[in-house]
Amino acid sequence: MLTDTDIQIIQYLQGDIPLESRPFAQLAEKLGISEAEVVERIQWMQERGLIRRLAAVLRHREAGFQVNAMVAWNVDHARADEVGRYFALDPQVSHCYWRQVPEEFGYNLFTMVHARSQQELKERIEKLSKCQDVKDYIVLESLQEYKKVSMQYF
Amino acid sequence: MLTSLDRKILDLLQNKFPISIHPYRQLADILGMDEAALLQRIQHLKDEGIIRRIGGIMDSRSLGFYSVLCASEVPEERIDQVAFRINAEPGVTHNYRRNHRLNLWFTLTAPTRDKAQLILQRLENELNIKIYTLPAEKVYKIKLSLPMQEDDYAD
Repeated sequence: MLTDTDIQIIQYLQGDIPLESRPFAQLAEKLGISEAEVVERIQWMQERGLIRRLAAVLRHREAGFQVNAMVAWNVDHARADEVGRYFALDPQVSHCYWRQVPEEFGYNLFTMVHARSQQELKERIEKLSKCQDVKDYIVLESLQEYKKVSMQYF
Repeated sequence: MLTSLDRKILDLLQNKFPISIHPYRQLADILGMDEAALLQRIQHLKDEGIIRRIGGIMDSRSLGFYSVLCASEVPEERIDQVAFRINAEPGVTHNYRRNHRLNLWFTLTAPTRDKAQLILQRLENELNIKIYTLPAEKVYKIKLSLPMQEDDYAD
């Protein structure tokens, strides 16, 4: 069960933590506990899988990964795990999901593929297609980004 | 232009951020540099817009939340208006126009599946669109870090 303290820690961590030598000092003071206790609580939530990790989140484009596409593949249900696990191994694939999709859509395995150029993206997708012999796929390029934010849970 | 030190810093910040009282001192030790200099360099990477934020990466499922990819076919002439209305939902974290008959794709996160469905129903009625949901049945990979050093990138 999450305590009020845990929820306040998550509220703090879902934003941008202060860039200073002791980034949990302000939070500890606000919560009236020690920094060591804050750190312990974060570790506890990480062990339970609530927090995956603390990390910097980058902006893809500014970090040099200029292009990306959502690629949706039409894969036979029987081969889902085999193909999904193979695609997941690719360092340029950031996300890979098997999805329940509308019947008329049909493409059920979803990957996000990142590259430094359109050419590299195209080659990478063709390589994935060839390696797993999945010929039916669509490349859903993003034409406009309307929103991209981190979820505010509490 | 990113220096090789910047790339090392970005890889460490993405993958090895310590959960400790002095995380930057530990990272500075790994890099063999001064903590103050590291903090300054990170500030620069934030100012340049390369780092969006430093914080927790939460697992929405483990927190008990329901998350779903949604897609809709929206007439091009009102796609901006529809997209802005969808953006106004706090649970919508990503929203993109894409090159398909289903031209608007967004993700919705809500405390429960029922609440997500209520939000989608309201959007459908209000905007006069049909929204398809594409829930994940199996997750093979969620990797939120980008390999910044060329060596990591080769496979």
